[in-house]
Amino acid sequence: MTIDLILFLILALVAIATAIGMLMGRNAVYSALFLVLNFVTVAVFYLLLGAPFIAMAQITVYAGAIMVLFLFVIMLLGADALPKTDVLPWQKPLAIGLAIVLAVEATFLLVTKARPAGNILAPEVSVNTMDNLRELGMTLFTDYLLPFEVTSILLLVAMVGAIVLTNRQKKEEPN
Amino acid sequence: MVPVEYYIILSAILFTIGVLGVLIHRNALIIFMSIELMLNAANLAIVAFSSAIKSFSGQIFVFFVIAVAAAEVAVGLALIVEIFKSKKSIDVDQMSSLKG
Repeated sequence: MTIDLILFLILALVAIATAIGMLMGRNAVYSALFLVLNFVTVAVFYLLLGAPFIAMAQITVYAGAIMVLFLFVIMLLGADALPKTDVLPWQKPLAIGLAIVLAVEATFLLVTKARPAGNILAPEVSVNTMDNLRELGMTLFTDYLLPFEVTSILLLVAMVGAIVLTNRQKKEEPN
Repeated sequence: MVPVEYYIILSAILFTIGVLGVLIHRNALIIFMSIELMLNAANLAIVAFSSAIKSFSGQIFVFFVIAVAAAEVAVGLALIVEIFKSKKSIDVDQMSSLKG
């Protein structure tokens, strides 16, 4: 049993436990904090897989920006805990049963049908942060330049959209 | 050396937990967080595959997915704030009429 495998198993346990914690959290703030831990764990997986840039982007964008936005909205709305109203009592067991079916089928199909040849690189071979960054930058700004520019427009549109959506109410008030 | 199957199984489990969150929760914010969890699980699978075939394309794809997720969260949270303003609730069961 190599050190990689031990690391993977421990981290996988943490990832699944935090995901279930997010699911079970009675308060939306706890769910958000569990999700932050889950994102950080996934970032460590990216490091194990030899993708240091993606790992850092994951921490800054997901664990940093996105979850702070979530926490901000939870606090802003004061909607951390909804009153319990069981409209459909059979919904939860049905959902759990269907989810187990989905997990088994997805795992089976992905492992048998979509498996690429070869194993994961050992990190000591693959992780050289500078090489990874250089290679990623070169590919991003040559082969993938157009998608990169389109992404910038998408972010601009999202920003304008968010401002327009939250600002509309104020303009209508004087009428 | 961790076999690529282990990463795929972990990714499938995380994705399923995300699906479960969407199915059983009625708080729009937690449903949204579950969607983020599903995006993350897919990203993990993509990076695992990309690492297994020793190619950078998967990492670039994940980079774009992260950018799109950021845009999605900005617009989605703006929508949730707007829904809360008009309905005074973010319970998805309350959002049953098209008229605001």
